[in-house]
Amino acid sequence: MTPVIAARGLTKTFGDLTAVDGIDFEVPAGESFGLLGPNGAGKSTTMRMIGAVSSRSAGDLRVLGLDPDAHGPEIRSQLGVVPQEDNLDPELKVRENLIVYGRYFGIPRATCASRADELLTFAQLEDKARNKVDDLSGGMKRRLTIARALINEPRILMLDEPTTGLDPQARHVLWDRLFRLKERGTTLVLTTHYMDEAEQLCDRLVVVDHGRIMAEGSPSALIRQYASREVAELRFGSDRNAEAAARLEGMAERIEVLPDRVLLYTDDGEALLERVTDLGLHPTTSLVRRSSLEDVFLRLTGRSLIE
Amino acid sequence: MSTHTSGTPAGPTTEDPTARAMTAGALPRRLGWWYVAEHTWRAMRAYAWTIVMEGIGQPLVYLLGIGLGLAAFIDVSVADGANGPVTYLEFVAPALLASSAIGITMGEFTYVVMSGFKWRRLYWGMNASPVQPQQIVGGIVFAVVVRMLLTTIAYYVLIVAFGAVVDPWTGALMPLVGTLGGLAFGLPLLAYAASITEDKGQFAMVQRFVFTPLFLFSGTFYPLDTMPVWLQWIGWLSPLWHATEIGRSLSYGSPPGAWPVGVHLAILLVMAVTGWVLARRMFVKRLRG
Ligand SMILES: Nc1ncnc2c1ncn2[C@@H]1O[C@H](COP(=O)(O)OP(=O)(O)OP(=O)(O)O)[C@@H](O)[C@H]1O
Ligand SMILES: [Mg+2]
Repeated sequence: MTPVIAARGLTKTFGDLTAVDGIDFEVPAGESFGLLGPNGAGKSTTMRMIGAVSSRSAGDLRVLGLDPDAHGPEIRSQLGVVPQEDNLDPELKVRENLIVYGRYFGIPRATCASRADELLTFAQLEDKARNKVDDLSGGMKRRLTIARALINEPRILMLDEPTTGLDPQARHVLWDRLFRLKERGTTLVLTTHYMDEAEQLCDRLVVVDHGRIMAEGSPSALIRQYASREVAELRFGSDRNAEAAARLEGMAERIEVLPDRVLLYTDDGEALLERVTDLGLHPTTSLVRRSSLEDVFLRLTGRSLIE
Repeated sequence: MSTHTSGTPAGPTTEDPTARAMTAGALPRRLGWWYVAEHTWRAMRAYAWTIVMEGIGQPLVYLLGIGLGLAAFIDVSVADGANGPVTYLEFVAPALLASSAIGITMGEFTYVVMSGFKWRRLYWGMNASPVQPQQIVGGIVFAVVVRMLLTTIAYYVLIVAFGAVVDPWTGALMPLVGTLGGLAFGLPLLAYAASITEDKGQFAMVQRFVFTPLFLFSGTFYPLDTMPVWLQWIGWLSPLWHATEIGRSLSYGSPPGAWPVGVHLAILLVMAVTGWVLARRMFVKRLRG
């Protein structure tokens, strides 16, 4: 089956700046695909090109088999877009926002109205139908934006940092809603700089930095490939981390020295901690955890995902 | 979709996605501008009261003030029309009507537009739907044209009621001329508003240094040629003056000044079309960067 999105050498330049630097990827129907990367990596720019609102500078792009340059309206008729910055109409009521938006797809008003009611249930906003958008919390606004993006029953739902700025509880509510859509077979394309979000939601993801794809795979495959099973995080105090790390040389598969801590990659963190103590080193705090995408990112770029 | 009790929207159908896209895109390609106009009118409800006040209250105030005060004071005919001498109220009425249409653009094509790009960001939401940037600007302009027509028609009914139109039959075209004047002033302003990325009080400047002088120096309250030539150029550049002169021709039954109606009309059309082309360009540039 042809992929719903296919990019080859996809590039976007703004003057001298290359925001997206020749990336290749494909997204098959029904997949949940993530773009993980730090600020300025080119995630939103890529999303805008897929969303047929920004033309590419070079390379090839097909969305639902169509060229966005020629078939923007057709492609967008099949997309649901949750932008990084909300753009709900604050002057309109919650339910009105959905109806007005449905009209942009040429959907009859009565259909918009019945879908709006169903979507308000889905977004757990039934009680707020007649409120002004301004009365909603950040998490509710985000859910309303997702509901709005679903008014045209999209083939592909594009989410640009869906949970940035939300508290943990609001994020979980949102993830739950997205899970349901995924189960229904909606293709999800999302960007995030939260690795837990990527691990939760993405079947497959690409790690992007400076407009390039650094790695690609499922979250677990990426962790297997680029990190060990466990990580021991040791803190010796900021001025002593480097010195301690020098003495730990060779004790782990890989050592990362960060300003505030030393990371030791190994398959058995507890055993490693014992050997560290045997050496006569006494970290002020120590912690053993499973490797995450954060570690993958660190390995690939030498930088943390969230500064 | 209504069969799902869980409230989770239906998943994609098995239909060929490309074919489905081609079908679904057809209607918005044709009617996108109309959906934008629908939304714009709905947004106008938030300030419906202002619209009514501007449409009826403001003309009433002017007509009462000028009709009962100034016109009583200037109790001589101020011009000679084809149908005889023209009173001061009859002289001012076409200018007031045209300026009401132009006044509308001072709100609709300034802050509302900047807000659509920057504060409320509505245009970005529309932009992600099948609607094209050209249709967004088209829908906004269409919605405002309707508002200008309704306002100028109400104005017209009022000036007729005040006996301020010499020939109400030809004068009935005044709302169209006023609206054209509104577009000749408003569309270039719309293009400018769409180009603004940072609010530095530009619109207050437009109000102070463009709109107000135009209102005062466009032969609104006295014939343009009463002014020294070195000030008359403001009127020549002013959509308000051109629309007013056409309006006076329609009311009096003959042009009030030396310029033929066709020239006034051509100037207004050129201004409106230029503004329209620039506004479309700005919207595309801004939304499709
Ligand atoms: N319209 C534009 N004009 C000029 N430069 C732009 C424009 N849009 C994006 N950029 C630049 O392109 C680069 C990539 O931006 P982009 O918004 O795609 O990053 P991102 O990965 O989404 O980052 P974030 O996590 O902060 O949202 C940045 O350097 C940004 O400043
Ligand atoms: Mg972004």
